[in-house]
Amino acid sequence: MRPLDRTTSEPPAVRSLVLTALPVALAVAAYGLSYGVLAVAAGLSPAVATLSSILVLAGGSQFAFVGVLALGGNPFAGALSGLLLNVRYVAFGLAIARALPGGPWWRRSLDSYLIVDESVALALGQSGPRPRDPAKVDAWSVEVVRRFRVVGWAVVTGWILATALGAYGGQLIADPEVFGLDAAFPAGFLALLAPWLRTPRGRLAAGIGVVLALGLTPVAPPGVPIIAAALGGLIAVWAPVRSVDAGDGAVDAEVEAGADVTGSAAAAADAAAAAEAGADAAATDSAGGGR
Amino acid sequence: MTTILALVVLAVGTYLMKALGPFTAAGRELPPWLDRLANLVPAGLLAALVATQTVVDGASLTLDARIVGVAAAAVAVALRAHFGIVVLVGAGVTAGVRALGWG
Repeated sequence: MRPLDRTTSEPPAVRSLVLTALPVALAVAAYGLSYGVLAVAAGLSPAVATLSSILVLAGGSQFAFVGVLALGGNPFAGALSGLLLNVRYVAFGLAIARALPGGPWWRRSLDSYLIVDESVALALGQSGPRPRDPAKVDAWSVEVVRRFRVVGWAVVTGWILATALGAYGGQLIADPEVFGLDAAFPAGFLALLAPWLRTPRGRLAAGIGVVLALGLTPVAPPGVPIIAAALGGLIAVWAPVRSVDAGDGAVDAEVEAGADVTGSAAAAADAAAAAEAGADAAATDSAGGGR
Repeated sequence: MTTILALVVLAVGTYLMKALGPFTAAGRELPPWLDRLANLVPAGLLAALVATQTVVDGASLTLDARIVGVAAAAVAVALRAHFGIVVLVGAGVTAGVRALGWG
């Protein structure tokens, strides 16, 4: 259906990858900044706060951890609630794993480190479902893995640097809520969710997820409502939704929707300038991705 | 010292959960139903994250300035705005509503 077919066999351009990754990294950085401030306010030293972002690399659980500390709770209770929040990464890890090449242990270890909500959601959401045609699977995997790694490293860098900035310079920043930073995260997740909302089964999975999460929140421990929301996917797989089974047309529509996110005219001028600066790093990564 | 130890528990536990997929399922052919499930699970998880971060405060549901900001962000998503614009709209509208004195 598409007028020009030339883009289908080529990997996403470096520029488009940077334009995908950069705004995500900046949004994560805003969140990391407030984490750094709050972690120090909760009693961690700036060095330990920064170290926590390097080692844990899962924002929600880190907020939960320092939240318990700030209330004077047992640190292990904080760790436990953080771990509950992070059980979802088992599901995210399995979701991205079917595109990953596997390989030696060190490569699997690095890929595991890069599993964050944003890297998995952008890689899978923008590339569409795994094609049923075996001949197309390789090209699909290459694109997914490249996007996953570029966004992953961008998020890692933004998260860690912003934490350090917030932790060491925290006194300079007022209450993060004044800037609406607490709403930046659900807004970002909504944008990540968008490609799924354009398919019937994706909408079903998302709808069930919302109902389960909000229904369980008042009665279940933190983290459990989110994990339960994964059931939305389980139900949606077997639900009798007809139009998804129409075939690759839906896949194409989804890929094009994804391309629209990066190709949007809204790409700001300053982002373009920064993109030039970041292009070298991304190019190195693309070369490493291999074809 | 207890704090550092608890932090290490959180870090190691989180990493092991992340590593489960890449160390067991990467580079393998999955049955089609499992493949389809793996594609749909992120939708449920992301939707739950959006919902809880918008209307949950502690363990209770609450309506405050965030719901206005996220609703504005939803409009931006529907208009296919760039990711960065969506985030700016969400944070900016929330901050604006708070500046007006609600939530």
